[in-house]
Amino acid sequence: MPASANRQILLSLENIRKEFGSRRVLDDVSLDIHEGEVTVVLGPSGCGKSTLLRCLNGLEPIQGGNLRLRGEPMPGSTGDWRAIRQQIGMVFQSVELFPHLNVIENLLLGPVQVQRRKKAEVLVEARAWLQRVGLADRELSYPRELSGGQKQRVAIVRALCLNPVAMLFDEVTAALDPEMVREVLDVILELAHEGMTLVIVTHEMGFARAVADRVVFMDEGRIVEISPPSIFFEQPATARAQRFLDKFLYLPRHAEQKL
Amino acid sequence: MVDNSLELLLKNLPLLLDGLISTLTIALASVILGLLLGCVVGIAHLSRSSAVRTAAKIYLEAFRIIPVIVWLFVAFFAIPIAFNLTISGETAAILILSLWGGAEMSDLVRGALTSIPVAQFEAGRALGLSEIQLYRQIIIPQAIRRLLPGAVNLITRMIKTTSLVVLVGVVDVVKRAQQIIERTHEALPLYAFLFVLFFILCYPLSLLSRWLERKWPT
Repeated sequence: MPASANRQILLSLENIRKEFGSRRVLDDVSLDIHEGEVTVVLGPSGCGKSTLLRCLNGLEPIQGGNLRLRGEPMPGSTGDWRAIRQQIGMVFQSVELFPHLNVIENLLLGPVQVQRRKKAEVLVEARAWLQRVGLADRELSYPRELSGGQKQRVAIVRALCLNPVAMLFDEVTAALDPEMVREVLDVILELAHEGMTLVIVTHEMGFARAVADRVVFMDEGRIVEISPPSIFFEQPATARAQRFLDKFLYLPRHAEQKL
Repeated sequence: MVDNSLELLLKNLPLLLDGLISTLTIALASVILGLLLGCVVGIAHLSRSSAVRTAAKIYLEAFRIIPVIVWLFVAFFAIPIAFNLTISGETAAILILSLWGGAEMSDLVRGALTSIPVAQFEAGRALGLSEIQLYRQIIIPQAIRRLLPGAVNLITRMIKTTSLVVLVGVVDVVKRAQQIIERTHEALPLYAFLFVLFFILCYPLSLLSRWLERKWPT
């Protein structure tokens, strides 16, 4: 994937400050996300990575700083986020398909109701997406009839049906049974290879390494390090990042030297 | 014996139907008013204003703590004395049953709404839905499904509770049956009639509820 410097800035976070009551969850966070770039945000629990993601589509209001989409400021905490949310798709850890609607109804809701597109036109697109993720025959199924991995793939497609310019993934495989993680990550990998702008919060280190253009490491509400994956996972620039990565290594100390 | 019983019932059918109309009028009016009131107060339970929430809570507790029969007496006997008006038994019955049904329903509505995970609201908003679209398409359909079993149960209870109205002088179907028994000394056919009647009134509701649950699974 090409270097970030050549590409336009799609999303920019400038000095973002967010508090929950008296607790500062995001402290002077600044980040530029370029078109077509895959940004993986890593960090220990409570570091603010999910909150950061949720600020990007207005699910969490910010108390300070600026958010911009293509240079234009995003709405404030009392503003109307509907237009932005059609451009920035989000997939949740808990999936959140609408249980009273079947798969195709879940997919059609956004494009038809929000974007006022013609149902026939959206149907073609939605079916093509279902085909791509291997769920073409599940169009009329209800979420309760699907496995976790299938539901999450539908959730991804639901967000994609709005034709967003960027997608946000909030630990989307964390609640899945291990054997279903891969089928979901494969979908995300494909989106990355097609040049979609992605911001991914994950604990899947192998996946992070494979998909990221760059890794943003956060701790205690601040960005500690931004590095390409090849550097981050081998020899991170900061000791804190190294300490974080150590938690994911299963090798005993002497075995590391052997390698 | 069955022939005599049927003959007895048929002879007294006009009286029984007259009582039945009374029962059904009160039941229907109370259920409709009660359910509507319950929806409004149910939302009030979740209001941002603590004054509104407290008012709703007091209303709910009042009808939970004090038996319906006592409220009925208050409405029929005490209020006319206090405010110098007259109020018919039917009116008192509809008033109190609606208020009681509304209180119970408000708790069901509140429960249904709070049982929907916050993330459902977020997922809807993340798609760009407006609040109205969110509630109409996502939240209310789910709330209704969650409400259904409790609501049907409540309606059944309300229909059964209408029989209390005899205590404020309303001649409903139960009272009519008792009058006929006093006159003819034939208790069994009349009580059998009441059993069958309430079964016919309430069982279809239960079937309806099950059919709806199957049609709209959650």
